[in-house]
Amino acid sequence: MENNSAERKVKKLDLAQLFRAESGRILAILVSECKDIQLAEDALQDACIQATQQWPNAAPHNQTAWLLNAARRRMIDRQRTASRQRKLNALHLNCTAQSEANLESEQEIPDERLKLIFTCCHPSLNQNAQVALTLKTLCGLSTLEIARAYLCSETAIQQRLVRAKKKIRSAGIAYQVPEGKDLSARLDSVLTTIYLIFNESYSAYSGQSLTREDLGNEAIRLAEVLFTLLPEPEVGGLLALMLLHQSRNNSRSSEHGEFVPLEYQDRSTWDQVKISRGRRLLLGCLGQNRAGKFQIQAAISALHSEADCWKNTDWQQIKLLYAELFKLLPSPVVRLNSLVTVANQGNVLEAMKSLKQVESELKDYQPFYAAKADLHAKLGQIEDARACYHQAISMSNNQVELAFLMSKLKSLN
Amino acid sequence: MQFIALIYDVEGSEDVDWDTLMEQYGEFSAGLTSAGNMLGGEALEPISTATSVRVRNGKTEIVDGPFAETKEQLGGFYLMNCENLDEAIKWAAKIPTARYGTVEIRPVMVFDGEQ
Repeated sequence: MENNSAERKVKKLDLAQLFRAESGRILAILVSECKDIQLAEDALQDACIQATQQWPNAAPHNQTAWLLNAARRRMIDRQRTASRQRKLNALHLNCTAQSEANLESEQEIPDERLKLIFTCCHPSLNQNAQVALTLKTLCGLSTLEIARAYLCSETAIQQRLVRAKKKIRSAGIAYQVPEGKDLSARLDSVLTTIYLIFNESYSAYSGQSLTREDLGNEAIRLAEVLFTLLPEPEVGGLLALMLLHQSRNNSRSSEHGEFVPLEYQDRSTWDQVKISRGRRLLLGCLGQNRAGKFQIQAAISALHSEADCWKNTDWQQIKLLYAELFKLLPSPVVRLNSLVTVANQGNVLEAMKSLKQVESELKDYQPFYAAKADLHAKLGQIEDARACYHQAISMSNNQVELAFLMSKLKSLN
Repeated sequence: MQFIALIYDVEGSEDVDWDTLMEQYGEFSAGLTSAGNMLGGEALEPISTATSVRVRNGKTEIVDGPFAETKEQLGGFYLMNCENLDEAIKWAAKIPTARYGTVEIRPVMVFDGEQ
């Protein structure tokens, strides 16, 4: 009896793992057949419940195919019920109902995830909706998991998802991969969403911990899938950028949980496997001569990875890359990073001059004041530095960042 | 699917002279028609001609001027037949006013049983 229940537990765990690994792929196929994300999700959930009941007795040989076929059948059942209720004809499904014995049939399982990614990241959905939909459908995260990651209520996430799915249905958002010159603009929206998920893993608003690695891992997984299905240089660039960022996860905070900036990080703890993979990927992409903002940011990150210490960083090269980046992404934030590089080369006065030019545009951006404080300190203007740190501190809502700024302020005395 | 493209701009903000603009609209309309996507479309008289009507407690209230006192005003519309939102966006981007104003696309609601 005990053995039996232990076995059941193992099966349940297997199913959870299988779901996380395969649900995005199964869902993408279901949506391509019924054009309705909600219906596809409900059907897949039905199939999973059926699996928890049946698999402990007889686990199928090809579990993914089983889930897909069971979900397809449930999808047809649900559509029939719905259309009976609304006295409508059943929508035509691109698949035929499979007989019970057919559930495990071996078959080529197509990968339709590209369509799903482009649908979830359609620019006519707002950014928050894109993120939540992508995490739910492609990564297989539950609404509770998404709510925890974004520190908001599960109800809020549920509502966000319902609204987004409704908009996809009623606004006429197509379930397709854009073609021709539309592709690059729409791809940008997809990459931005993935990078947003990744960056969220580094900023726990008003939370205690600085990284939430799960989100970072999900973003990398998404980029890996995307790069396999659509090997565009910018996709590889984003993947490389995230790998290079992640390679420094161990050194980004001290043993007491304090934030450690790049300058003071213990470079021996950087993950060399991730660094070399990121660099290899990036070189392959740059070789295609279609540089974009993600490849350039990855190149900057790669240069940091190459330097054995802060002082030996190739600032000249980084400065040139920031200039290139500014051409593609003319934001004051890029300007700020660029002029911090100028200061790192030793031209603090010049950096301060340019900093003042972007002040009006960045007055709501906390890192601006931290950077300005740093330049004031380097110029020996301690009172000004102190005022800027106070300003930065008043704008920070991240505990770890706050502690870092406090320690910088203290070190001025 | 049917989409309506609502064309908004600030009156007098045209980036070319009136005749050129009308010529461009003529070209756009011809393109939309020959592609088989045109269902209809009109330009509207300026907002100075607008009258707003509402009925409250059975009484008709008539107010001079447009419903919304915003800078950008509805200046015209197209009704288009498109495969999906992406196709509608493609056409909307070609409407001359999209260059200096805003085009809002909305699907026409389909009621159960209409299909």
